[in-house]
Formats: sequence, C-alpha cells, structure tokens
Amino acid sequence: MSTLTAPTEAPPAAPGRPVYRVSGRRVLTSEWAKLWSLRSTWITLGLGLLFLVAFGLIASSRYKSGIGSGHMDRDFARSTAVSLSLFGTNFAQLALGVLGVLVTAGEYSTGMIRSTLAAVPRRLPVLWSKAAVFGVVALVIGTLGVFVAFLFGSRIVSGTPAAMDFSHAGVVRSLLGAGLYLGLVGVIGTALGSLLRSVAGGISVLVATLMLVPGLVSLLPSSWQDDISPYLPSNAGESMFALTHDATSLSPGAGLLVFLGWTALALAGAAYRLLRSDV
Amino acid sequence: MIEARQLTKRYGDKTAVDGLDFTVKPGTVTGFLGPNGAGKSTTMRMIVGLDAPTSGSVTVNGHHYARHRAPLQEVGALLEAKSIHPGRSAYNHLRALALTHGIPRRRVDDVIELAGLGSVAKKRAGAFSLGMGQRLGIAAALLGDPQTVMLDEPVNGLDPEGVLWIRNLLTSLAEDGRTVFVSSHLMSEMALVADHLIIVGRGRLLADTTVRDLVREAGGDTVHVATEDPARLRDVLAGPGVDVTGRIGSEELQVTGVSAREIGLKAAEHGIALFELSTRQVSLEQAFMDLTKDAVEYHGSTTGSDTVDSLEQTA
Repeated sequence: MSTLTAPTEAPPAAPGRPVYRVSGRRVLTSEWAKLWSLRSTWITLGLGLLFLVAFGLIASSRYKSGIGSGHMDRDFARSTAVSLSLFGTNFAQLALGVLGVLVTAGEYSTGMIRSTLAAVPRRLPVLWSKAAVFGVVALVIGTLGVFVAFLFGSRIVSGTPAAMDFSHAGVVRSLLGAGLYLGLVGVIGTALGSLLRSVAGGISVLVATLMLVPGLVSLLPSSWQDDISPYLPSNAGESMFALTHDATSLSPGAGLLVFLGWTALALAGAAYRLLRSDV
Repeated sequence: MIEARQLTKRYGDKTAVDGLDFTVKPGTVTGFLGPNGAGKSTTMRMIVGLDAPTSGSVTVNGHHYARHRAPLQEVGALLEAKSIHPGRSAYNHLRALALTHGIPRRRVDDVIELAGLGSVAKKRAGAFSLGMGQRLGIAAALLGDPQTVMLDEPVNGLDPEGVLWIRNLLTSLAEDGRTVFVSSHLMSEMALVADHLIIVGRGRLLADTTVRDLVREAGGDTVHVATEDPARLRDVLAGPGVDVTGRIGSEELQVTGVSAREIGLKAAEHGIALFELSTRQVSLEQAFMDLTKDAVEYHGSTTGSDTVDSLEQTA
C-alpha cells in the first residue's frame, strides 16, 4: 500500500501506514454496496417491476376483451397500446419513490447515518451518491419494465384500434420518457427522505405531491387551474411520457424541464438541511 | 491529539457543553468522566463533526475532522447511540464504510477477527446482542487503523470477558502511540485503564488531571498517626512534599507524602513511641463523587452515602 504514496499526497500519518482517501467515486461505490446489501431493496425493486409489467398486461387484456365483447369501458375508449402498457406506472412510481425515501430516511431512523457521516464528514457526496445510485437503478428498472410491458402488451392489443408497435411515431420516446420519469421519482424520493429525515414523513409528502395535490388543485377557480395545473410535478411528469399533448398539458420537453426543476428543488432542500443540521 | 477550545453547545436554552478546554495527548489512555447528562456524548459527536459547536472549536491532529482526507484514519469512533442498519450484516456494514476510503477487504476481515465477530459476521446486525453490537461498533472504529480512537461508554453491555478485552485493547492502542479517549460514568472502570482524566459535570470542565493527582488532591493516601510526642514527630518527618496536620494538644496527626512504613522506621530511630499507625486510602470513586456532587444532573431520591461506602471497600 505505502508504495503507492505520491510525494504530493503524503498524509501526516506515520511512515508504513497505508494511505486511504475518501473520493467521490468511492462514496458512490459504497452507496452502491449499501443499496444491494439490504433485502428491502430487492423486494421493493421486484415489486416495482412486477407492478409495471403485470398492470400493463392486465390493462391490455381488459381492453382486448372489452373490444371483443363489444361493450367498452369509457376509461379505455381512447387508449393506445402505449397508454395501456404504461398503466402500471402509477403503482411503480409509489414502489420506487418509497424505496428512494427508505434509502435516505432509513439511515436516520436506524442511526446508520452517524456511521455514514463519520466516514464522509463533508456530507454532500453522500447525498449526491445516494441520489445518483438510486436514480440510475430506478431508471433502469423503470425503462426495463415499460419496454417489457409494451413488448407483450402491444401483442395483446394488436389488431384492435389501440394497436401500435415500436416503429410508430413517438412510441420509443414515450417509453423512454416513462423510464426517465420513474428514475426521477426515485431521486425525488431520496431527496425527500434526506430532507425530512423520517420514513413516514417522506412517504407522506411523496404521495401527497404525486397523487393528492392534483386533486386539490381542481378546487381552485378554473382560470388558475389552467395556469398552475400543467406545472405540478405529477402533471409535468405525465407529459414526459404522454404520447400526445394538448393545450392544457406541456410538451414532453417542457414537461421534462419542469420535472427536472422540481427534482433539483427537492435536492437543494435536502442538501441545505444536510449541511446545516446536526445528526 | 484532540484539542478543544472553548467548545460550547446549546440546545435552545439548555447548555449541554459549556466552554470546554482540554487536550487529549497521544500515547496514553485518557478517560472522559462525568455523571449522566454531563455532555460527554455531545462533546464526542462534535469531535467527529456530527454536531456543530455553537461556539468554540475542536480539532483532531490540528484540523477540523471534516477537513481530513481520510477521516476514518484520523479518528475511529464508537458512539453511544446505535449507528448501524439492522438489516445489513456486520460484514456488509464494515465493507460499506471501508469502500468510502479505499480500505482493502483484507482489513475488514482483520477487524472482524480482532473484535471476535468471525462466527456472526454474515448475520443481520439487528439480531446482535448488546455486547455483539458493541463489538461491531469497536470493529468499525478500528477499521481505518486510526491515530485516535474514541470510544463512548465501550464496556456497556459487555460480559466480563469483553470488559477485559476492552481494557487490554485500550492499553495496547496507547502503547502503539495512539491517542485513546474513552468516556465512562464509572470511575472504578476508568481507574483501571486511564492515566489521564478529564472530568466534566453539567457541560463544564471540573478537572483535567492524572489519576494520581486526583487522589492526592482529594486528600491523597493519608497516614493516621497517634504518638506520645507529636511536636517532635512533626520535626522528624518534615521534608519536601510532606504535609503534617493535627490539632494542637492532640496526640493525633494526619500525614501525607510519607508511607506508614517510613513513619514507623523514623519514629523508632528517634525513640518516639507510637500508639497508632494506619493508612487511609481515599478511593477514586470518593474523589470523583466529591468533584461532581454539585454537578449531578439527576439526583436519586436517596442519599448516595451507602453506595459510596460500598464502593470504597471494593476500590
């Protein structure tokens, strides 16, 4: 070990002692190892993937049987192969978001955070690493899930008005958008967990933001609604993977920008609290 | 080397640590003593940067803890509160910490062996007994081969074998030239391992001393003498470092700085008759109680004299 000592990097340690050093890449590796060494990670990621694929296939089958029997649920009337395959996104975002909260808030509830921050007392590398590691994992799981769901879902509905395949305009963009959305939900989960330092608090705020706020906004006067509604995290996120957009929703690019803005805001809040408060 | 300068921590209007000044030097075991709630754990958390001081500062080897390139190599800390994820195995816990510093896998195996965790290393840490958890915490503290080892109440929950293991470990770490800083609320435990003592109460420094000085200041090992001719015995015993007290007209003297054996020899040499000659040892526990009695945060409902007496006998 000591033969690796570069003259400019000689630590104040006694000769013969190994040279250790914290680096951003090493913190990333550590967070990667931490994520996979917990059983809850495997279970929750498995659930997320299952939700995506199973609900996508169930929705496609229901559509197909609806068409076959001649009487169609109103909800399904305007469906496409893409929207049917993405039916599970709503549930998968909960699984991935909650796991994101657990990745950070779980360290506070168990006390692990003291070991973590004693090893990396500059603190911020821990937040960036957790967000990056889990964001990438959620992105991969999400993208894999929606592509598998579409691959089989599109076969189920082939020959119906909803039929589409990968060559159809916007399909691949839409599926990639959904994967990216799920990855960013994971990042928002880690940020909320770190910001609130509580598993229950993090999950509550996550669910409220993604599911309750859109409902509450509908109580506002409609002129306000049109101004506010497209920019809400859930609606901006949805426009990232919607196949079409109209006057009341953002374009996929704008939706991505707005959703990235919300993610950055959550991360900034988390970073501020991490640096400012004792643990 | 740990240096605290006017270190202060307030939580709202409660002052947990109040202007502490102390230095912990390498090569010896320094005990950090104080009653419950004296601010020991808060001080230790500030040393490793988990809590930020309200004012003042504390440095490790000349720098703030967070400024070091390899913090785990500077200070290895066992904190009082649990600092592990119960769902992770001991091995994976240590491995994750090691990865942040580029500490090789071999070192992880070494500290697992050193802490006697070999047989349970792959089990979930949540299933560990208190003693096993404590051993895992100590393994984590030693992971980076640190210059300074800081342990908060390390013997909590350990069986007698574990307590002995800790004592030997602390002594050998100090012999290596490392700085060893150990907190406890038990004087009797500290007296066995520590050379230097930093005693706090209600967040304030009460004493920064050695075990020997503490005993001496608290009255030391006093020899009680009753003699036929106290005035002559005083003259005979007089010398540097010797202190003789006694009421005028009384046959009894209290002598410090000379052993009972020497007093007997000198008295015989000068032909002074002695009626009584006995050594009275002040226990460290008593010295500690005297120092901290005004600073005890939570008094029990009974007076402490019974326990003091029993401790004195065992000391």
